[in-house]
Amino acid sequence: MTQLTMTVNGKAVSGDVEGRTLLVNFLRDTLRLTGTHVGCDTSQCGACVVHVNGQAVKACTMLALEAEGAEVATIEGQADADGSLNAIQQAFQDHHGLQCGFCTPGMVMSAAALLKENPKPTEAEVRDYLEGNICRCTGYHNIVKAIMAASGQDVGAIAAE
Amino acid sequence: MPKDHGIGASPKRREDVRFLTGNGNYTDDINIHGQAYVHFLRSDVAHGRINKVDTEAAAAMPGVVRVFTGADFEGMGGLPCGWQVTDKHGEVMQEPAHPVLAQGKVRHVGDPIAAVVAETYEQARDAAEAIEVDIEDLPAVVDMKAALQDGAPKVHDDLKNNLCYDWGFVEENKPAVDEAFDKAAHVTTLELVNQRLVANPMEPRVAVGDYNRSTDDSTLYTTSQNPHVIRLLMGAFVLGIPEHKLRVVAPDVGGGFGTKIFHYAEEAFCTYAARQLARPVKWTASRSEAFMSDAHGRDHVTKIELALDADNNFTALRTETYANMGAYLSTFAPSVPTWLHGTLMAGNYKTPLIYVNVKAVFTNTVPVDAYRGAGRPEATYQLERVIDKAARELGVDPIELRRQNFITEFPYATPVAVEYDTGDYNATMDKLLEMIDRDGFEARAEESKKRGKLRGLGVNCYIEACGIAPSNLVGQLGARAGLYESATVRVNATGGITVMTGSHSHGQGHETAFPQVIAEMLGIDESMVEIVHGDTSKVPMGMGTYGSRSLAVGGSAMVRATEKVINKAKKIAAHLLEASEADIELKDGAFSVAGTDKSVAWGDVTLAAYVPHNYPLEDIEPGLEETAFYDPSNFTYPAGAYACEIELDPETGKVTIESFAAADDFGNVVNPMIVSGQVHGGLAQGIGQALLEGAAYDENGQLLTGSYMDYAMPRADDMPFFEVDHSCQTPCTHNPLGVKGCGEAGAIGSPPAVVNAVVDALQRAGKTDVTHIDMPLSPSRVWAVMNG
Repeated sequence: MTQLTMTVNGKAVSGDVEGRTLLVNFLRDTLRLTGTHVGCDTSQCGACVVHVNGQAVKACTMLALEAEGAEVATIEGQADADGSLNAIQQAFQDHHGLQCGFCTPGMVMSAAALLKENPKPTEAEVRDYLEGNICRCTGYHNIVKAIMAASGQDVGAIAAE
Repeated sequence: MPKDHGIGASPKRREDVRFLTGNGNYTDDINIHGQAYVHFLRSDVAHGRINKVDTEAAAAMPGVVRVFTGADFEGMGGLPCGWQVTDKHGEVMQEPAHPVLAQGKVRHVGDPIAAVVAETYEQARDAAEAIEVDIEDLPAVVDMKAALQDGAPKVHDDLKNNLCYDWGFVEENKPAVDEAFDKAAHVTTLELVNQRLVANPMEPRVAVGDYNRSTDDSTLYTTSQNPHVIRLLMGAFVLGIPEHKLRVVAPDVGGGFGTKIFHYAEEAFCTYAARQLARPVKWTASRSEAFMSDAHGRDHVTKIELALDADNNFTALRTETYANMGAYLSTFAPSVPTWLHGTLMAGNYKTPLIYVNVKAVFTNTVPVDAYRGAGRPEATYQLERVIDKAARELGVDPIELRRQNFITEFPYATPVAVEYDTGDYNATMDKLLEMIDRDGFEARAEESKKRGKLRGLGVNCYIEACGIAPSNLVGQLGARAGLYESATVRVNATGGITVMTGSHSHGQGHETAFPQVIAEMLGIDESMVEIVHGDTSKVPMGMGTYGSRSLAVGGSAMVRATEKVINKAKKIAAHLLEASEADIELKDGAFSVAGTDKSVAWGDVTLAAYVPHNYPLEDIEPGLEETAFYDPSNFTYPAGAYACEIELDPETGKVTIESFAAADDFGNVVNPMIVSGQVHGGLAQGIGQALLEGAAYDENGQLLTGSYMDYAMPRADDMPFFEVDHSCQTPCTHNPLGVKGCGEAGAIGSPPAVVNAVVDALQRAGKTDVTHIDMPLSPSRVWAVMNG
């Protein structure tokens, strides 16, 4: 076991981990931040996307020890300071961009990373960026709409209800 | 002006806030103090005789609590099958045993051989590798027709052969059907495969068993669409635990699509092991495990023939289908290719004579059971593909051929034993044509051609049957369960309402939509209504959510319970208002005396029910809580018309969906936003089947598609924005809300539209010999057909 410290959602945290412990397991099992999900074992589904030092990362693909000293952001830290949904979360609710909710944390974290690097993405750019996030419920229609709406675009003119 | 509350409004979903903030409570988020972890050692061969399972070394590994094998379950019940089909000779199906852990033989890759319980997951997995297993390889049967050959290896040694049943429907009609074919002016024949799929809800299955030594109570937390059904099946058939000592909880569940209906070995194991070890036992499937242990879907091989007269009227339909059951009978597997498939073969058409033959076959593959649509997609696909082929052979417009044969008068009794209550197939077709700009197709095709691409348009119809019922009928058909639903409406003293429903929400938004119904009936704010589901200790009884039944059956139970509440509340209001009960009216959350200005608020009546100081105690009991069980008198029959426009790159064979339009008739709609979302998701699964997905086995029974590296899940860039409409509404005549169900339509209706469109593109490009391509229409398959 090795002692590990990092900052998660602005708070200093620490814990003992094995060398083989994945970042996602450290978040879920040690820190009890269960909003980050595990949907596959081949780094395909994206349910575990978090931000590490500002970059979107699949937390199942990184050893916890690799995040020593890092700034990690998870879905639990995304709401605005007053506890209300942030612009992306609110757009997902407004546009019915989630059904069962399991892929949703990863989708929101990927969307945040996309909008940071591309504040007004086209439909094609959104769909392309989500290549690493699988949703089985929505057919992506309302997820793409929500992300474009969160970027300030008039989605009523882009896609049907 | 759209409504802003009640039935027909689209309030934002209340469940979204917890999901969007990481506060959902899925089964894998549940951890109980002192829990141990289980890892299953699974067969890596498709068929073999177990000579020895030596667990001694594994049991001595660090952290191991105990290692279980099939021997631990000898003498106990196996996993039960919930539907018994009777074959065309009047004999019941062959029904093999399905042990929790393999006994004697392994029968598919993924069949669990042993289970290691340890202090941590890692220790359990490490120890599993130390189990010494001696399995003698046996030849595997994978292909269904080969499995039925004389001398084929038997999946179950104690059965006569690999034929589960040979079902004829309706057997007495066969001579008349054959005669109609002899007299037909034209017969169109099509052989096709409806390939094996994996449902793949994004949340893998999880089970946590817990045991209370002090009370002898067991609790199972599980990823289920129907916790009460699991309680009944596991308690009564596998573990022998009575329902009052067994609680099953299905908390937030990350999608189901059918595959979380069934009772699985891992659920029984965790519950059993928790009792044996007197500590909680948790199992979380990896995705790779899910691929080899979740029940798969579809896997039909069909020959369909359509007979027409000289005026292009459909005169008869005849089908022969081989349906893969896999190695064991999953919970509802036998019903899917029979009563959920044969009964839908009339489709939207007045074909007078129909005969359906289904041979269900055991193979050394993962069991197959219901997946979104379950039997109805298979029926729709063959029917709508053969009609398209017939139109091409006859040189007539495929839409006009359909219209000419539409059922137009309702109720309509089909020759396959069901009666459609309402529908208007021309209305949905008219709506579809409004949506797609068919006249502009030629110009779009021309534009595609300039870019070296081929364009095609595919149109089809579908009908489905939801809310399978009534219980006494399905009992005659072989169901070993009732198919009602229950609801308890508990009005609290201060007027808020807690609804306990047997339906289960795993993405469908019941927590938002169900209160819309109650609020509309009572004239109160939706925020005063809370939905409780997914816990057998809170909800009296439930059959769960599948087959698009929640609103049609569960919603109807809720309406009936609310009606009882209103009746009692009116008695209380009449007492408070010193008026006759017959004069009491409920409107906008207040009870008034008709023709007067006397009224009493909802909250005053509910308070009086629990603080009965001024109360008709001689007539009615205190309290305001009612339960209703609703057993429908018929199925509901949603229907619609779908259109898909594709572009095909002849250089690569890649098909791109350019547009997809769906015009559905779901009867009345409670929440249009949620309904559209359900259709979107169904379309993506149907388009996924048409273009991308397919579970593949090699000839030795090795699962070739065992992860997301190999099984092509639809991604965002595989899908267009969809055009969906549900404004054509012929309300169901036999349930109180007039609703039909919307969950499966998209997955049922979309595969033939895509394939029809691709065949259309190829035909337009002069490939007139291409009349069919089997799904998935992957680039390599399309390219091979074009260049073959």
